[in-house]
Amino acid sequence: MKKNNLYTSLSPDPGDTPIIAEHISKSYNKGTAPALSNVSLTVKKGELFGLIGPDGAGKTTLFRILTTLLLADSGQARISGYDVVKDFKQIRSTVGYMPGKFSLYQDLTVQENLTFFAALFGTEVATQYELIRDIYDQIEPFKNRRAGKLSGGMKQKLALCCALIHKPSVLFLDEPTTGVDVVSRREFWEMLQKLKRQGITILVSTPYMEEAVLCDRIALIQNGQLLNIDTPSQITGTFPAALYAVKAASIYTLLKDLRSWNQVESCYAFGEWLHVTLRQHTGDARALIREYAAAKAHQQVTVQLIAPTIEDSFIRLATTNPLQHGTPNQP
Amino acid sequence: MRTLRFILQKEFRQMFRDKTILAMMFMLPVIQLGILPLAMNLDVKNINLAIVDQDHSTYAQKLISKIGASGYFRIVTVAPAYKQALFTLENGTADIILEIPASFERNLVREGRQPLNITADAINGTKSGIGSSYLLTVIRDFNRDIRLMSNGQPVASPAGIEIASTAWFNPYERFTWYIVPGVLVLLLTLVGGFLSSLNIVREKEIGTIEQINVTPIKKWQFILGKLIPFWVVGMIVLTIGLLVARLFYGIVPVGSLILLYLLAAVYLVALLGFGLLVSTISNNQLQSMFIAFFFIMIFVLMSGLFTSVDSMPAWARSVAAFLPITHFMKAVRMIILKGSTLGDISPILIYESLFAIGLNALAIWNYRKTQ
Repeated sequence: MKKNNLYTSLSPDPGDTPIIAEHISKSYNKGTAPALSNVSLTVKKGELFGLIGPDGAGKTTLFRILTTLLLADSGQARISGYDVVKDFKQIRSTVGYMPGKFSLYQDLTVQENLTFFAALFGTEVATQYELIRDIYDQIEPFKNRRAGKLSGGMKQKLALCCALIHKPSVLFLDEPTTGVDVVSRREFWEMLQKLKRQGITILVSTPYMEEAVLCDRIALIQNGQLLNIDTPSQITGTFPAALYAVKAASIYTLLKDLRSWNQVESCYAFGEWLHVTLRQHTGDARALIREYAAAKAHQQVTVQLIAPTIEDSFIRLATTNPLQHGTPNQP
Repeated sequence: MRTLRFILQKEFRQMFRDKTILAMMFMLPVIQLGILPLAMNLDVKNINLAIVDQDHSTYAQKLISKIGASGYFRIVTVAPAYKQALFTLENGTADIILEIPASFERNLVREGRQPLNITADAINGTKSGIGSSYLLTVIRDFNRDIRLMSNGQPVASPAGIEIASTAWFNPYERFTWYIVPGVLVLLLTLVGGFLSSLNIVREKEIGTIEQINVTPIKKWQFILGKLIPFWVVGMIVLTIGLLVARLFYGIVPVGSLILLYLLAAVYLVALLGFGLLVSTISNNQLQSMFIAFFFIMIFVLMSGLFTSVDSMPAWARSVAAFLPITHFMKAVRMIILKGSTLGDISPILIYESLFAIGLNALAIWNYRKTQ
């Protein structure tokens, strides 16, 4: 690692940019299974940054590289100004990491887990209590219960407490809401907003597109490549075409018919609707679509002009970006 | 040091919560030492004997009752003809057939000699071999007795070399004295080699090591936190084992207990290093179980616990001579049965120390490499 010219090569100021990743690439199985290719991103201080992508996109690999658990094949990264390779020791005492898989001791109680991780960081639960109080209060009634016997949502809260116990300046949360019920997920995101207000920089990954709007900025990732980095509203705002939601009595035949129509650019199922974009996007094409559907003898045809969601943007970016690799493997 | 204390606290807490493992750790020495030496009894008893008595004379009757009274044989049938007796051998009810021919008594009295026929089922080699030799001994005894009876005075036997042997250090030739220290060594090996490697791999498997790795914990703290608890458990197992040996078998170590514990302490460190090494090369408990099992089978079978090292082929002898368990086994028997002193076993102690240092260094080096 060329430490001397590191600052010159990494343009952002590490003072207010706690996470800087530049041209990170990583592959598994001796290069045969690429997981990340040329990923660069920066996260500003106090930002809630979302890494959005499907399973196997490379989210966990990027997290493991940034939290010093894995070495990248190429590229550089700095956390709070520390190099992930050289200064891994400093990074380990300044970041909090919550792995996607519940990684606390299931045979220890809630309190014992917390005390143990506090001790590993050379601190005590009492001194850090202010930071975790809001979250800890919710699991406090179960403090003598073994961690393995907690519900999914409680486990996540405990894991978050353990990740926060040493008052980290940067928090890495790898799919914290996967497998958690809707209510707990909403509560969890509220907690993240509170932590953000306390000045903690948060990098969170999720496969749920609807959670993306809760982030300040998001990066869309697919097959180890970043598709776009921007604020959620910018990403949906720059959707380049008019998006129509179409519904009919027989949704499956409608999907087949629309896909075979040369006017249609893209058509995919979205809940009970089909989301459609056309090749020529001038003016309102609702009537055009309705006519085509009627010509194909479809009943109860409804066509609406809708605002694109993050998921629409993601699908568009993922299908238009040429894929350079096969499906990468998640470790 | 504070961190290490917390890690140890956590390890012991987890150990005491896992009731199955806890019970295994402490029942293991009691049950294994209580049962295994009896099961491994090398004395062959209850040999099923079929007798073909075609003579029905007083002598034949005397021979049969002498065999029955020896305590080693169970006479399952007295068949009138060899064929019937052979049938009992074939169907497994008899192990050995003794055939007493028709003119047994007459030939003995008149000619002073009479061959007998012994047929042994050689499928269970040990039983038939040892059984036949017991039977020969009984017959030899009988032979001497009838000479006395017939002549009233002993016949000068040709070239009578009488061999009397004394078993040194184990005067009553109790096999338990030989087996129990061996089982004790086996137990220590299991605790040190198996449990430690499984425990570390479990952290990998559950994923907790991931969470540990992002903390500022140091490698040596983590490793010591794993090794010390199993070292303590090993010493407790040794203590329980020695108590069982004393209470069940009356085996009181002749040599110094301190020396025994010192040797065990060093051996355990070596073995924990082995366990750590296994855990660095395996990713889940199943893998580490098989790797550990593979090596421990070799350790146990080649160390001279069940078999004599001296009767192995040359290559096996050199493997055995290399294994630390062989030397440990030898030293434990030396201390317990013979009362060997530090001077006697210091080469072994040094050899074990080298393994302790070497294996741990290799394990820690490999542990670093994988990070």
